[in-house]
Amino acid sequence: MSTANSHSHNSNLAHHFKSLDQQFDAAKLGVWLFLATEILMFGGLFVGYIIFHGLYPEMFAEGAKHLDWRLGATNTLVLLLSSFTMASGVQYAQTNQKKKCVTALVITFLCGCAFLLIKYFEYSHKIHDGLLPGKFFSNHEAEHANLAMYFSFYFCMTGLHASHVIAGMCLIAWVAVRASKGQFNSEFYTPVEGVGLFWHLVDLIWIYLFPLLYLVG
Amino acid sequence: MAHGDQNQAHHGHHITPIATYAKILGLLVILTILTVAVARPVSGFDAGILNAGIAFLIASVKAAMVLAIFMGLKYDKKIHLAIFISAVFFLIVMFTFSVLDIYTRIHVESTL
Repeated sequence: MSTANSHSHNSNLAHHFKSLDQQFDAAKLGVWLFLATEILMFGGLFVGYIIFHGLYPEMFAEGAKHLDWRLGATNTLVLLLSSFTMASGVQYAQTNQKKKCVTALVITFLCGCAFLLIKYFEYSHKIHDGLLPGKFFSNHEAEHANLAMYFSFYFCMTGLHASHVIAGMCLIAWVAVRASKGQFNSEFYTPVEGVGLFWHLVDLIWIYLFPLLYLVG
Repeated sequence: MAHGDQNQAHHGHHITPIATYAKILGLLVILTILTVAVARPVSGFDAGILNAGIAFLIASVKAAMVLAIFMGLKYDKKIHLAIFISAVFFLIVMFTFSVLDIYTRIHVESTL
């Protein structure tokens, strides 16, 4: 145990790691592997969308007309801002600026709320018009018989993304509380770093979802 | 880990200045405005099939900036970049084989 004693004062170091550095590297490697599986999960939906878009271009164009690019663009800006505050939050944790770190994380959380609020308005409008996936579709003004497929993709892709936003917000709330208790510093900020990477991935996926659904149609 | 970079914490992690993050945010906002401005439903700009190409090119530039700076791949261990690229590689494999399958199917119009 003598070699481990130099770190024994640090309660953040799990006993099966040699050093905080090793622990940080292992955690970050794990987060990146998880992000790779996330990319492949969303990737399957993107591939499906592109293939069916190629098969029924007019139907997808009709579906895209029901989306409001203004709301999509606003949500893009909200998520970009949240990515900036998240990255700043990690940096403040790295540089022992506790108050700024908590503020940055709280702003990131509020951006998540704003995103979901706008998403709620979009969803309730679609539900009101009967623009729903598969057999739930009940819009009588549809020009194309299989327009329900467009909204299957729309709700699967944005719904899976929104569930990631909610998960990300829970994680941000968790690290914000821990940060406010002063549990992070330049030696140990692994949870903030990992949550940050996850949040940036949520932003990254929206960067592609926005043009795919709202602009290209 | 010891790159001798001046922006490093004492245990070797890269620290990106907030000003750099702010610059990237500014560029991302500009690119978002640009991608909206050249979209057919917004401005009527019609470049045919190229509309989609332009939109995804801009999206990829934005994604690259998020990955390099916000997610720190630019300064990070190369293993993280390798994991990311391998995910994208297998996504391309999935896409290519699906497209080759669907679009090379022969539509049977008659029963011979």
